[in-house]
Amino acid sequence: MSETKPPLDPNLKALESEAIHIFREVAAEFERPVMLYSVGKDSSVLLHLARKAFYPGRIPFPLLHIDTGWKFREMIAFRDRMAAEFDLDLVTYTNPRGKLEGVTPFTHGSSVYTNIMKTEALRQALDAGQYDAAFGGARRDEEASRAKERIYSFRTPDHRWDPRNQRPELWSIYNGQIRKGESVRAFPLSNWTEVDIWRYIQAESIPIVPLYFAAQRPVVERDGMLVLAEDERLELLPGEVKRTETIRFRTLGCFPLTGAIRSTATTLDDIIGELETATVSERQGRAIDRDEAGSMEKKKREGYF
Amino acid sequence: MTANIEATVQAAEAAQPATRNARPLRLITCGSVDDGKSTLIGRLLWDTKAVKEDQADALARDNRHQQNDLGLPDFALLLDGLQAEREQGITIDVAYRYFSTDRRSFIVADTPGHEQYTRNMATGASTADLAVLLVDARAGILEQTRRHATIATLMGIRQFVLAVNKIDLIDYDEAVFNQISAEFRQFALSLGVTDVTAIPMSALLGENVVHPGTASMPWYSGPPLVEVLELATQRTAQTVGFRLPVQRVSRPDESFRGYQGTVAGGSVKPGDSIVVLPAGSVANVKQIVTFDLVRNAAVAGDAITLVLDRHVDIARGDMIASIDAAPALGRAFEAKLVALSADAITTGKRYWLKSSSRRQRVRVEPKTRLALKTGQWDGADSLPLNSIGTVHLDFDEAAMFDPYETNRNTGAFILIDPDTNNTVAGGMIVERTTRVDGIDAGGERDHVLLSLPEDLADRLMASEAFADLRDHVEIRRVSGARAAAVLKDVD
Ligand SMILES: Nc1nc2c(ncn2[C@@H]2O[C@H](COP(=O)(O)OP(=O)(O)O)[C@@H](O)[C@H]2O)c(=O)[nH]1
Ligand SMILES: [Mg+2]
Repeated sequence: MSETKPPLDPNLKALESEAIHIFREVAAEFERPVMLYSVGKDSSVLLHLARKAFYPGRIPFPLLHIDTGWKFREMIAFRDRMAAEFDLDLVTYTNPRGKLEGVTPFTHGSSVYTNIMKTEALRQALDAGQYDAAFGGARRDEEASRAKERIYSFRTPDHRWDPRNQRPELWSIYNGQIRKGESVRAFPLSNWTEVDIWRYIQAESIPIVPLYFAAQRPVVERDGMLVLAEDERLELLPGEVKRTETIRFRTLGCFPLTGAIRSTATTLDDIIGELETATVSERQGRAIDRDEAGSMEKKKREGYF
Repeated sequence: MTANIEATVQAAEAAQPATRNARPLRLITCGSVDDGKSTLIGRLLWDTKAVKEDQADALARDNRHQQNDLGLPDFALLLDGLQAEREQGITIDVAYRYFSTDRRSFIVADTPGHEQYTRNMATGASTADLAVLLVDARAGILEQTRRHATIATLMGIRQFVLAVNKIDLIDYDEAVFNQISAEFRQFALSLGVTDVTAIPMSALLGENVVHPGTASMPWYSGPPLVEVLELATQRTAQTVGFRLPVQRVSRPDESFRGYQGTVAGGSVKPGDSIVVLPAGSVANVKQIVTFDLVRNAAVAGDAITLVLDRHVDIARGDMIASIDAAPALGRAFEAKLVALSADAITTGKRYWLKSSSRRQRVRVEPKTRLALKTGQWDGADSLPLNSIGTVHLDFDEAAMFDPYETNRNTGAFILIDPDTNNTVAGGMIVERTTRVDGIDAGGERDHVLLSLPEDLADRLMASEAFADLRDHVEIRRVSGARAAAVLKDVD
């Protein structure tokens, strides 16, 4: 619990209350909820809101991290620190095909790799845990097909999303009725924008992975992306040179597929200031989203978050 | 005193114009197909810089679609995010979009214009504070315009902007604009709506959207759309008593028992007396617990945990309410319904009804159906997809509601088909059924009239024993003198 701090502004307060409402509703209506925890900034906010929603009790469900094996090392360290500090039930899952078949972002290309190590892994982990509801930190302002998604997003037993056939969702009354094997993805942050996320992190002093803040780091430039060159598994291609630059990350994922931005923003104020004048969206740094329009919808239909 | 707290909170919000100091305004765009709804929202996002360069580039790469003459992306594609929508060039499902100005942030629902997707329009309208109704200046008010205005009004929207769009295609003709806005105002009045701002607009060219269109329309001296939105009011119809629908009971250890939920009306503070419905047990508020601090008050919209001063039996689905202004409790209610499913809503079928955190069985009996052409409510015994009607609701167990007019949270519900688990209707409570029939008609049976001081009556009615019988009792609150006069006539 925090000491005295200024009250939240009405905009963030309204978003916070809505998210808490969704957390409580899902926890009450479903038998085996789980929260997807990706260790990024949205997940950090999600975790904070979950703690608030169930206070003074513990979070009444586990957190699931789909570990592709290629996350930034700082993310894994941060994840384990959070789990210890907040007494979380953390479940991590890695698709065994990664090791067995040597699926890596370098050998299989971002699309196949993502499909196996993220989408398929998620389906496997959800089946293994027999979870009937999974919280995610997706926001509608991230992408055009997400803008269409419900707060309770219905999934068939094979985790498919049918965007043409979504249940109408009126007021804040959510329909949580499902048959055995079916499930719901629940999105408490649906109505948050990227700026809201940062303002909330600031207002609530929420811990985040240090990679979000600018620092001097080794990078190489690859396919127009600045790739962090800290990990020994990154093999330099002919012509590539490692150099040190002042960079930070706007989103975090698998290190070979997540581009850094050149930035000197070392504080939350700097980051928010940068965002307010930014001319590109946060997903721009992600290789997997840069395919043709509609690629997110396709991935989501297949069970991606 | 409850009202005071709210009034202060709202005044504080109004006094601070900056984005971070107001709740987001929620609005919908509606109107007929091709009137320019998606274009308008795209323009709003573009001119408020909510669209980033890479998103615009992605549109440009989508080479099935041309950029328009202005070299700007096809704005509709920003909104029509589903593949099927891009392929057919129409909006099928609601999209929610976010933008902000220096003064306020906004959540806008882009809703489909086709009649077959009316239900998605109703979905967008359910949470909106304001509706922007578009008409094509060349076509004027259409049946679909009237239909959307009617649905929006039914869903509780009382502020409208009439956007007379594509004004560029009629040479910015003031007379046409005046004629269309006069016709709409007339129609709005018939719906009981007086708050209408009419704006001549070119969504495509960005005239009177964010920037004024003075250059081409010197005759228009009113504000552009965004200024109207910045000044619009939020629906705060939660003026009735305190309401807390209980979502879950928190029992982390033996010493703590709290009731978690979102305040759905009024306000609460420690010491307040409350009644638990449907049981009718009473208690006082001991504490309002939140993660940050123990608070001394909570108002509508706050997600809280309430601790009471004594042990009462409370479960998910119950409602904690002010003892002196509780919602209506009963087994029969009248409601309006929007049918959302291909299977019509029919008499005799039993549905699940979910309202706030409460789910219960209900039998639905359609009474009338709104003829959107004429505005008449005709007799009906079923409600097909996209239709609107009045229904009678019969519950197996006691239910509690406020009229939707007075509280959008505790007066709204959805119907779920138990066979398919689909949401098949959205409903708005009109009132508790007051019809007197069956044993209550009472012709043969003896009835007893009681007259007692209000505080005593309230205590009696708040008791558990009374709760179950409430349906059988007729209650009038009158002055002592009037009660005496009535009883004098009876021996
Ligand atoms: N000339 C002109 N064309 C417009 C205007 N607004 C929209 N349009 C065009 O009208 C067509 C339909 O627009 P769209 O936004 O898809 O309509 P919706 O069906 O209401 O969403 C598109 O070709 C737009 O470019 C306007 O103000 N002026
Ligand atoms: Mg459209």
